Amino acid sequence: MLRAAVLGVLGLLAVAGAWEGYKALAPEDGVVVGDNRVLPRTTDLAMPHVWDMLQRLGEPVSSLRGAAPLWQVVADAVLVSLKVAAAGWVAGTAIGLLLALLMARLRLAEWGLLPWIVLSQTVPLIAFAPMVRSWGSRIEIGGWEWPAWMSVALIASYLAFFPVAVGALRGLQSTDRVHTELMHSYDAGWWATMRRVRLPAAVPHLLPALRLGAAGAVVGTVVAEVSIVYPDGIGRMLVTFAGQASGDPEKAWAPIFGAIVLGLVAGGFIALLGLLLRTYRRGEAP
Amino acid sequence: MTTDRPTAPVPDQEDHVDDPQPDRERPVRRATDSEPDHAFGAPPAVRARGVSKTFGSRRSQVTALSEVDLTVAAGEFVALIGPSGCGKSTLMRLIADLEAPTSGSLEVFGKPAARARADQDYGIAFQQAGLLPWRTVAANIALPLELHRAPRAERKQRVAELVELVGLGDFAKSRPDQLSGGMQQRVAIARSLAERPRLLLMDEPFGALDEMTRERMQAELARISLETGAAVVFVTHSIPEAVFLADRVVVMSARPGRITDEIVTGIGRDVVRDEHLREDPAFFSKVTEVREALHAGPVSASGAHER
Amino acid sequence: MTTTRTRPAPGRPATASPAATERIGRVVAPVVVGVIGLAGWQFLVSVVEVSPYLLPGPQEIGSELNDNFAAVREAFWITGANAAIGLLFGTVVGIVLAGLAAWARVVDGMLAFVVASLAVVPIVALAPVLNSMYGADSEYGRRAIAAIAAFVPVYVNTVRGLRQTTPQHRDLMHSYSASGWQTFSSLTLPSAAPHVITGIRVASSLAVISALVAEYFGGPRGGLGSFISTSAATSAYALAWAYVVAAIVLGLVAYVVTVLIERLVQWRLPTGGRS
Repeated sequence: MLRAAVLGVLGLLAVAGAWEGYKALAPEDGVVVGDNRVLPRTTDLAMPHVWDMLQRLGEPVSSLRGAAPLWQVVADAVLVSLKVAAAGWVAGTAIGLLLALLMARLRLAEWGLLPWIVLSQTVPLIAFAPMVRSWGSRIEIGGWEWPAWMSVALIASYLAFFPVAVGALRGLQSTDRVHTELMHSYDAGWWATMRRVRLPAAVPHLLPALRLGAAGAVVGTVVAEVSIVYPDGIGRMLVTFAGQASGDPEKAWAPIFGAIVLGLVAGGFIALLGLLLRTYRRGEAP
Repeated sequence: MTTDRPTAPVPDQEDHVDDPQPDRERPVRRATDSEPDHAFGAPPAVRARGVSKTFGSRRSQVTALSEVDLTVAAGEFVALIGPSGCGKSTLMRLIADLEAPTSGSLEVFGKPAARARADQDYGIAFQQAGLLPWRTVAANIALPLELHRAPRAERKQRVAELVELVGLGDFAKSRPDQLSGGMQQRVAIARSLAERPRLLLMDEPFGALDEMTRERMQAELARISLETGAAVVFVTHSIPEAVFLADRVVVMSARPGRITDEIVTGIGRDVVRDEHLREDPAFFSKVTEVREALHAGPVSASGAHER
Repeated sequence: MTTTRTRPAPGRPATASPAATERIGRVVAPVVVGVIGLAGWQFLVSVVEVSPYLLPGPQEIGSELNDNFAAVREAFWITGANAAIGLLFGTVVGIVLAGLAAWARVVDGMLAFVVASLAVVPIVALAPVLNSMYGADSEYGRRAIAAIAAFVPVYVNTVRGLRQTTPQHRDLMHSYSASGWQTFSSLTLPSAAPHVITGIRVASSLAVISALVAEYFGGPRGGLGSFISTSAATSAYALAWAYVVAAIVLGLVAYVVTVLIERLVQWRLPTGGRS
């Protein structure tokens, strides 16, 4: 356990070391092969030093009087995006699980829907992110208007639901025949068998699917925020600060660190789920 | 067709009434043969009449069972033995209502197999223990009780009894991956006894165990079956195992699956099943008898053995 | 007392020749679903008359595609090239690092956290800075994103593949006094190959998606993603959907090509890779 942590930290240091090493050793214009700059420029403007990036986090976000420190602004944005991503993940996972249950119950549903679901996984459906906003802005029920964050959450849920549906179905179909026959010998109904045998047996397949769903929800949130121009999230900040990079290159890296934290929180949450469900993962290959 | 005899099964007075010379060829059991004894008025545990089972589509069919007649009396221990493909497991699965016969009739305690399953008249143990890996030993044994909504206190007590019965008192809280193969099978057997069934169905439960564990488990099972008084249909391909455990050994052959012989072991309920029995000359001669019946193979219409 | 029952046993349908029914059903059912979807869409557009602003009909999208075919095709090749080059770089780096990780457990431990993080972190967040690092007129920023996205599944699957040799196989090679290279080429490599190919298959879809999404974050004009976002921004939705169709085709092409390669490798080397 400790060894893993130490090696993990070493790995991060190695990445930072590679960054600085490349910066020190490569030509200023980057590695150019023919007409193509295959590896990036190494100027301080293009590739700030790692310690400069970290230092910049402590400094105020802008030159305006009373501006908050950069890390705080980024943290606030990460929190906003996290909430939206979480909402999207929950919705997507719920729909994915329900679909998986439906397809497990009715073979016709599986035959008709699964090919489309698998197909869409290979296809960049995120392509229609901009359109969702325009749809949302037109929806008005009573006095309630469709808030912008819901468009973001919708796209996030869309990216989360496909891997969950496929992974959950595979898990539900991986039940040991001995166990289903045993339940049949007990005259147990469909739901009792599902609850006591199929769902627990599906957990080892479900967790990677949930992880993919979480990663999808995070990516969906970030991209949707850019497309929909959602001001409070980390996505927009990524683009805005990058636009200011010519004057303040280190600042552009702050939201990147924020996005990394966002991803790690999502991954950590799934790891926690995995820990809670560890009884059902006995016998899993390491 | 049915002659009721009031006493419990007396092994020596079995169905070979038509057979004047026991050393020569034995005729195939016919439907008109007299029934084995069963307890006064109680329906037999299993009654199969002309049961056939075929698998596959019209183009490529496999006949697993062909015109099988079998009766298991209440409280009787019957072993099914035969080479691979003889349909012994299929027959057991038909009794368990895990498959449906293609033709013929099958009754368990006088009811259709499906109703017997709905009424939970039998307990079953498969070749793989089939324990749920995320449940403890106690929770695995409790599974049927939970499903059928036994009250919690009753469940706890029954599980405690069963855990002691199979000698796993110290392992009640362990999980299956912490147990050896033999121990897992003991849990499976305990589970099959949870609801005190009148009929136990066992499909080569000791098949995956080493010889020494196997012999120990056989002694355990013999003791348990004596104590509970349940009828047992036990599928095996080990001749000594069949003779050791059963009151009656049913010999089957393949292509198509059918019963070719039935041999009464004549050991009797009052004899303790232990190592001494295994070394008894009478035991050896019964084993030989069964072996010869297995090698003799199916009997043709003329009464001559086919090879 | 004869009860001849043909009630189906668990898991078997009661129809005649169930295998044939299944084969037909597996083909017909999704087609039916697709047709219903298409019909429903056309219905919403023509009969219910949902505004084309909101939801362009299949016909309008088709006509936009027709009118702008040259532009769409050019964008298709730009994004496709980005994805392919990114896939290539990512695969090479992935295999090399996986080889190092299999050879030295220290490397494996060091990379474990980094790779696991890359799997959950939105790699496209790097798009804006990469564009400025490479220069705003370079496509390599997007290719780098695709490369990083492709690297992760290739690395993970290759590491798994290189670990596939069972102790019995290794003992066998040891008993033959086989050299390290011989063991590698006759045992490790063939067992790993299917896994590597599976990793490349997964990576190809990711490379396409990442290359596309990276275009949302700026960089040179050109490529499907950049046109999708600019069309949407100017409310030319039918045109945007036309580019989306091209993006779907690109994704399908990448998937089909890599699946075919995977089948080919599995046929030549049936040592059983898993996805």
